[in-house]
Amino acid sequence: MNKKLGYSIAFVLALGAPFVGYPVLLMKLLCFALFACAFNLLIGFTGLLSFGHAAFFGAAGYFAGNAMKSWGLPFELSLLVGVLSGAAIGLVMGGLAIRRQGIYFSMITLALAQMVYFAALRFTDFTGGEDGLQGVPRGKLLGVLDLGSDLAMYYVVLGIFIAGFALIMRTVHSPFGQVLKAIKENEPRAISLGYDVDRYKLAAFVLSASLAALAGATKSIVLGFETLTDVHWAMSGLVILMTLVGGMGTLVGPIIGAILIISLENKLGDFGTMMAGATGVEWFSTLGEAVSLVIGFIFVACVLLFRKGIVGEILYLQGKKRKRA
Amino acid sequence: MEIFGRPLPMMMSQLLLGLVNGSFYAMLSLGLAVIFGLLNVINFAHGAMYMMGAFVAWIGMTYFGMSYWSMLLLAPLIVGVLGVVIERTMLRRLYKLDHLYGLLLTFGLTLLVEGGFRSFYGVSGQPFETPEALQGATDLGFMVMPNYRAWVVLASLVVCLATWFVIEKTKLGAYLRAGTENPKLVEAFGINVPLMVTLTYGFGVALAGFAGVLAAPIQQVTPLMGANLIIVVFAVVVIGGMGSILGSIVTGMALGVIEGLTKVFYPEFANTVVFLVMVIILLLRPAGLFGKER
Amino acid sequence: MKRNAIAFAAAFCAVGSVGSAHAQISGDTIKIGFITDMSGVYSDIDGQGGAEAIKMAIADAGGAINGKKIEFVFADHQNKADIAASKAREWFDQQGVDMLIGGTNSGANLAMAKVAADKKKVFIVIGAGSSRLTNEECTPYTVHYAYDTVALARGTGSTMVKQGGKNWYFLTADYAFGHSLEKDTSEVVSKSGGKVLGNVRHPFPGTDFSSFLMQASSSGAQVLGLANAGGDFINSVKAANEFGVSKKMKMAGLLVFINDIHSLGLNATAGMYLTDGWYWDMNDTTRAWSKRYFAKMKKEPSMLQAGDYSAASQYLAAVKAVGTDDADKVMAKLKSTTIKDVFTSNGVIRPDGRMVHDMYLMEVKKQSDSKYPWDYYKVVATIPGDQAYMSKSESKCALWK
Repeated sequence: MNKKLGYSIAFVLALGAPFVGYPVLLMKLLCFALFACAFNLLIGFTGLLSFGHAAFFGAAGYFAGNAMKSWGLPFELSLLVGVLSGAAIGLVMGGLAIRRQGIYFSMITLALAQMVYFAALRFTDFTGGEDGLQGVPRGKLLGVLDLGSDLAMYYVVLGIFIAGFALIMRTVHSPFGQVLKAIKENEPRAISLGYDVDRYKLAAFVLSASLAALAGATKSIVLGFETLTDVHWAMSGLVILMTLVGGMGTLVGPIIGAILIISLENKLGDFGTMMAGATGVEWFSTLGEAVSLVIGFIFVACVLLFRKGIVGEILYLQGKKRKRA
Repeated sequence: MEIFGRPLPMMMSQLLLGLVNGSFYAMLSLGLAVIFGLLNVINFAHGAMYMMGAFVAWIGMTYFGMSYWSMLLLAPLIVGVLGVVIERTMLRRLYKLDHLYGLLLTFGLTLLVEGGFRSFYGVSGQPFETPEALQGATDLGFMVMPNYRAWVVLASLVVCLATWFVIEKTKLGAYLRAGTENPKLVEAFGINVPLMVTLTYGFGVALAGFAGVLAAPIQQVTPLMGANLIIVVFAVVVIGGMGSILGSIVTGMALGVIEGLTKVFYPEFANTVVFLVMVIILLLRPAGLFGKER
Repeated sequence: MKRNAIAFAAAFCAVGSVGSAHAQISGDTIKIGFITDMSGVYSDIDGQGGAEAIKMAIADAGGAINGKKIEFVFADHQNKADIAASKAREWFDQQGVDMLIGGTNSGANLAMAKVAADKKKVFIVIGAGSSRLTNEECTPYTVHYAYDTVALARGTGSTMVKQGGKNWYFLTADYAFGHSLEKDTSEVVSKSGGKVLGNVRHPFPGTDFSSFLMQASSSGAQVLGLANAGGDFINSVKAANEFGVSKKMKMAGLLVFINDIHSLGLNATAGMYLTDGWYWDMNDTTRAWSKRYFAKMKKEPSMLQAGDYSAASQYLAAVKAVGTDDADKVMAKLKSTTIKDVFTSNGVIRPDGRMVHDMYLMEVKKQSDSKYPWDYYKVVATIPGDQAYMSKSESKCALWK
């Protein structure tokens, strides 16, 4: 009951958001939130740490962008092309990585993602190299609704996000999701119960990759371009951070983490200038150049103090209160 | 005479250059292997420590007028002390948790350290001259070999072999290895395990700092100098087998040579070839070349 | 759970609204925006120094034009085109920014150019080198001000061949920028009567260049063309010195800024040829302005920082002349003015957006010839703008046919 009320309120607020906030930034937030949720499906619910998620995010952006710009496909099909590209790469990457455990699994995902980066760097006809793929049009939804308007695009992106999030929620609460959790907690026991653990892991991997791809494809159409930043390993690191800060293994955590980190990247300069004006301390205006410093600081603080992430800590405290009562 | 369509002198010089780079990789991945092999911590901050070694050396030489040789000893020491502080205050709390947290902490530290140096010093790099005694080059017939690079090979090999020897063949090394496998038992014998662990981390990090000082005359001394190396070094350690000191030394050298050959035949791929090798090795041998499955 | 969901939605809105507090388009101020790399690999050649230069331009214009106050905002795009384009769009939509100056990073500038064209605002690119900005991606609102890869290539390439450097070998950074530097220079070398003996492409970013330099050296070419920039350039030069390649071949830097020479030192770079669009020590005007800049930044300015100052000044002068900050009118005025200021004495903005001005072939001085700090260059030749930049017949810009 409480959950439904909470989600409804969130939904209403999200509906009204573009009239209060800046739509393009909000859309970017939604895409990254979906990306983080997709990643969390793998680490938070299946216990697999991938260092290469940027590969799906960025590659899908390139495929969807080219579909819209050069292949003349409509909006929905371009998104589909993006998702399928992510799923395909995910199938290959997962298929190879699943054979190993722990840190070796993670390193294989990193290595394969590096090769995707290399491909993006070299196939400049497709990706534009470090100039990036520019001029991706917005297109029309179902051939009718012109997505050039930021407001219209926002609601479509919100819809995509909700669909993706709902899918994750259903997956987590389904029998399939239960098996994933079992694998995360005690893989040998799951095997002894007769589950084909590798197939479940691969399925989770491909699902996570596809949803990350959906996020990336959407983002490239929203912003109108796609660059190498999205396939670089620092992007994989960023999504790990978002999930960690928000709370691994919680449903809503990655969303909060994404909002926090992306706002930081985009707004730290403004924040610094505001603080400089308010306090008169000139040093604050240099804050805008110190984004990676601040992010590093947050990383360290989170790992040492807020290991469960923002949402995780809140849930933990709630749980303690309930036990006392 | 030609090999694969390239003149022999050129191939020989490329091989030699590959060995030079390889010894450098070996040196750099040694510290990482020590820290992971003995402490089970994935030290992402290795690149930042390498950078700090170079910077501390530069600061010492520029502001305090010290010589390259004294900084070669002093800079790793300073970096090692910093490592001890990090271990004591932060890493210690994470040992009982998943590897993941150690990795994330050190990743965050990297961002902090690199960001801090960057906002202070900018990115353009500080001038760093080769020390006088090592300037100049020797004509080997098929190529001209800069003396400094020869020194790098020598220093790296000496340090690598010394470290391997101490850890694998001496009593101290035995205590170390036992202490990390079964701390309670070893402590029961009266050995101060936490102190050993701290010093080991400091030592591993000091190795990175040493590599930084070695690199300073060759590479640009900038806050970002470690950032691109770190994932290659990781790959080396993983290929060699994450617990194995010998593995990372051998892999480092081998990688230098493989990269060198790639630079001749398919130069654009030279940065990425290590990852291809890593995938292949991990699929054939699960724990790397010399590693033991944990 | 409920609390979390609300928290999420509230955070969502809160964040979106930071910065939308200034939602009205200010018609009463002239707002200049500047987006560049302030903290990454390109931060020294432009970065904070560029922002200072623009502030100087605003101060020199009196801080106000016809009663309207001049305001200035700047941001760090962290070398991410995402952030550059989003910031630009937000500034145009919500903060009433009238004109945008683009700093380093071609990818970010290409993205910003699209945004500026969409919103019909003046966009002057200083830091990026990609000639695509005035060819495939040209727009009526983009001005490419300080330099581009074609001008750099033609300057160094043709002049060096004339001076006897007939055979060339290229060390190229393996990405689009490096390739276009190499391609542009190769064409010029061939046209001038020289020959390109070969090339080797190093991964970007590179770490060790010894192997590539060996290959270059064994080619027997007279000139080594360095088609890379920044850290790669510096490391290549260092290694070239170490391995004696710099004694065997003449070094030609295709994209070099004074900050790179400062970092390498004259001992490593003496005798190197490079093309630059501006030098602080060229004449009395440049020296006077650089002295003011030095007082603030403690370094001599690069071509980009001088370009930032000049572009801002010219924009403000154009606004004053036409009496409005309407982009079309200001663009028309800019394209019909000859630019005479600290940056150049005969600059012209062509219909494709390219600002054409003289380029200079420089030779790096020996340490013994350098009399004072930052005394690095000898001007060997002046290359007139219309020879350095792409001509109309070569242009791929749809607006200039």
